[in-house]
Amino acid sequence: MTRQQVLDLYFMEARAKLIDIAAFLDRLDRAPGEPDFRLRAFIKAMHELQTEGPNRAEKVLLSLSDHTTEPLAKATVKGATGAYRQ
Amino acid sequence: MRYIEPHGHMVSRTTDDYTAMAMAGCACVCEPAFWAGFDRSSVDGFYDYFCQLTEHEPARAAKFGLPHYTWLCINPKEAEDVKLAEEVIDIIPKFLDKPNVLGIGEIGLNKNSRNELRVFEKHVDLAAKHDQLILIHTPHLEDKLKGTRLIVDALKNDKRIKPERVIIDHVEEHTIKLVLDSGFWAGMTLYPESKCTSARAIDMIDIYGDERLWMNSACDWGVSVPLAVPRTALEMKKRGHSADFIDKMIYQNPLKFLSQTPRFKLP
Ligand SMILES: [Zn+2]
Repeated sequence: MTRQQVLDLYFMEARAKLIDIAAFLDRLDRAPGEPDFRLRAFIKAMHELQTEGPNRAEKVLLSLSDHTTEPLAKATVKGATGAYRQ
Repeated sequence: MRYIEPHGHMVSRTTDDYTAMAMAGCACVCEPAFWAGFDRSSVDGFYDYFCQLTEHEPARAAKFGLPHYTWLCINPKEAEDVKLAEEVIDIIPKFLDKPNVLGIGEIGLNKNSRNELRVFEKHVDLAAKHDQLILIHTPHLEDKLKGTRLIVDALKNDKRIKPERVIIDHVEEHTIKLVLDSGFWAGMTLYPESKCTSARAIDMIDIYGDERLWMNSACDWGVSVPLAVPRTALEMKKRGHSADFIDKMIYQNPLKFLSQTPRFKLP
């Protein structure tokens, strides 16, 4: 696909997701209380979008990942939150 | 269009889903053993589940003209209790000769704990002793990178394991290269929110090539789309991929991996 074709196929979808992210951040601003570690991780990962390609998706995923290497002593929960708590 | 659904938790799906999949060109479904959404309380619960996967679900799928295959294990979400896991692993050999069993799976890690890793290695040992194919689940979200690294290291440490007989599933942009470079097959799971969208899966095919790679819907009891594979085929067509190339990704590639066990035979 040419760049023109990629834009024709995906621009509207990406535009909608971009506005959704902006609205999500506005919604967080309006809400009372303190945010947890996920907001900081989200903002940090967003910086990857402004970097040079070609692997921005990989860099966003790496930014949100646990980079430790030792197995956990015990699994106390089953779920994941989507961002690593430093 | 024809396609193989190489990873679908059909016991959670309705007859409407079976009908839709058959109408979309599904040639067969392969169902890894999975966490039920709650912990099973004893080894007997697993015995019943393995009977369901090897007897009852194949009969249900057959009503829609679909051959049904399965993989057996205790899922990593239930692996913190090592004693229960050992009891379950002990009953698996009783089922390995059932005609629809493809191998051991989906094993792997969830929260990357020591006990999960121990139980993972016990499953790998079982597969090696019985010369079974292996299907691996990698952890979710922030745990995926670490878990994939631990899994690849554990597999490389077991010299009996042939990488071409192992598929590591749920890869994303930050784990696919490690998996493919280590000689394993990689699975991309098409989920609406987590894991991977159709567009991203096709990006990874464009970047990493069409070898040792398959796509699945992993449709289960959570939010998931049983027709995710044919939908992705449609998106590949929109992006200009040829019918032959699409067929390779959604039919021939899973056929090639699964045909390594003589039990996998399509009519
Ligand atoms: Zn699964």
